[in-house]
Amino acid sequence: MKIRQSLLFATAALALTTAGMQPSFADTADKRIALSNNYAGNSWRQAMLNSWGKNADQAVKDGVVAAGDAFTTAENQATEQAAQIQNLILQGYDAIVINAASPTALNGAVKEACDAGIVVVSFDGVVTEPCAWRIAVNFKKMGEIQVDYLSGRLPDGGDLLEIRGLAGVFVDDEIHSGIEAGVANHDKFKIAGSVHGEWTQTVAQKAVAGILPSMPEIVAVVTQGGDGYGAAQAFAAAGRPTPIIIMGNRHDELTWWKEQKDANGYETMSVSIAPGVSTLAFWVAQQILDGQDVPKDLIVPFLQIDQADLEDGLANTEPGGVSNVEYSLDDAKAYLESVN
Amino acid sequence: MNGLRFFASARFWRGALPALSLTFVLVGVFWLQPRAMSYFGLNLLFNLAVPIALATIAQMFVIAVNDLDLSIGSFVSLVACIGATWLRDTPLLGIAALLGCVAVYAALGALIYIRQLPSIVVTLGMSFVWSGCAVLLLPTPGGSAPDWIRTLVSYKPSYVPMPLLAAVALGLVVHFGLMRTSWGVLMRGVGGNEKAITRAGWSVLKLKMVMYALTAVFGILAGLTLVGLATSADANIALRYTLLSIAGVILGGGEFVGGRISPVGAVLGAMTLTLTASFLSFLRISPDWQIGAQGAVLIIVLALRAIVNRLEARR
Repeated sequence: MKIRQSLLFATAALALTTAGMQPSFADTADKRIALSNNYAGNSWRQAMLNSWGKNADQAVKDGVVAAGDAFTTAENQATEQAAQIQNLILQGYDAIVINAASPTALNGAVKEACDAGIVVVSFDGVVTEPCAWRIAVNFKKMGEIQVDYLSGRLPDGGDLLEIRGLAGVFVDDEIHSGIEAGVANHDKFKIAGSVHGEWTQTVAQKAVAGILPSMPEIVAVVTQGGDGYGAAQAFAAAGRPTPIIIMGNRHDELTWWKEQKDANGYETMSVSIAPGVSTLAFWVAQQILDGQDVPKDLIVPFLQIDQADLEDGLANTEPGGVSNVEYSLDDAKAYLESVN
Repeated sequence: MNGLRFFASARFWRGALPALSLTFVLVGVFWLQPRAMSYFGLNLLFNLAVPIALATIAQMFVIAVNDLDLSIGSFVSLVACIGATWLRDTPLLGIAALLGCVAVYAALGALIYIRQLPSIVVTLGMSFVWSGCAVLLLPTPGGSAPDWIRTLVSYKPSYVPMPLLAAVALGLVVHFGLMRTSWGVLMRGVGGNEKAITRAGWSVLKLKMVMYALTAVFGILAGLTLVGLATSADANIALRYTLLSIAGVILGGGEFVGGRISPVGAVLGAMTLTLTASFLSFLRISPDWQIGAQGAVLIIVLALRAIVNRLEARR
């Protein structure tokens, strides 16, 4: 008890000194935010952690918060992340931002954090525990808007080729159901075939090359991101006309699109989630700590690149990476106002 | 004089090593994070260690008869899924399913013994069966733990945190059963010298079936505790437990062969493993190094054990 009291005292004293030293524009200057992340093994996650790190360092430097540390579990397992969250509770963080390994298996640990008075914000991989905030990605919508776009471009409809992700994964299921819903809305389209591209260009290229000989004329390819460039290569290798291929904001995809656009005026669109959504989660947590009223369920806006913004999009994408948008405190406030 | 010699003996050090490792890591955690030194802190540090300790004990029963269970992680996941679905909605069906699991485990013990199959192969195969059943039962993560399990695992006794009480009780009960009763001697004997047991007129088949059934019972306890703590299930919730449980048994002073096991040590080993992970994260070691660091801890403890064993052999 004594230790806890003196700790409290120490944090209070620290808060006083920091508040005295620089003009803090929020009452969160003494608050500490942690990121609990379950996986760091692909370019999207790396970009996400990078965005978080840059943003949190700046926020600490500006005196908006006292800490913004990122923790990644050694293995992508729910039990491990639950233990990690419990450790973060012990370390006395005021808010924990989570990209969860499982939507449900962390609920116990999340509840414990809430009971300890900690603000929990989950994003991308969200948790179902009601006391936590959720910044979810509407993957279903991401599938639907692809077909909506195609419907505008191709009034006569036709046969589509669908490239799916990894079988049995939640994201793949959701995007696929969105595409199905889109096709149901626009019944001039028909899905002639579907392959699993595993969100990887090389796998997608092989899979598409394998199914193409048995396909009728394909007017467009609906995708999940990370597979558009491979599909384009497969169509070129088979000597077939290039259909409208929806892209997924990867650097190689945008580069290919730009080349085609310059060569023959090729038109398409590209859609994915910006890894910088971690910075949105950071600011949402900060705003909640600041006492703002934030709805529990938020939806992340997509990052959609249209024909007109291709050059800008390409410029904002690192080679080998994914197009990114990072949120500042003002962006996050504007976003929250728009949903409130 | 006699007492002194005991303290210098290899046997003493062998038994004390797991307790010493745990104390060592615990002191480290308290030093890094004084907040952990409270009722609330100990509860958080150890509550996820309880299902791991139960799974470790389950694994220990199999290791006691010189076998290895590579399916315990997926089995615990399946139990968690049953717990979050059938056991809540249709308790009778749930209980029947869990009893069925025990029967399957006993049958596996019989199969492995009668056909003289390598347990690693059989249980590795079974791990896919359990995983498949779990996915069929709960295709997307969800379900919710029955209220009575929730109440049981979140019970907060005064003075001593529940996880510590549970760990002590678990260690003592299994220790008494396996190390202090004649049945226990028989069961360990299957691992120690199967032929001697057969010659003495006991059925090794039955003993193996009992040991495998006990594995299932403790695996079920682990799964139900886990689902109680997590509040809902996921078909992949406990895959880590397979390796953790084996490491826990070995860390706690058990051997892969010879029926040499230590129930108290196994519980301590499981707690040490859980605590090591917390310790490393309090140290803020980058996740890329954490698995390596965890492995290093294991190697250090095993190296110390090897020294103790060598001392033993010299006598």
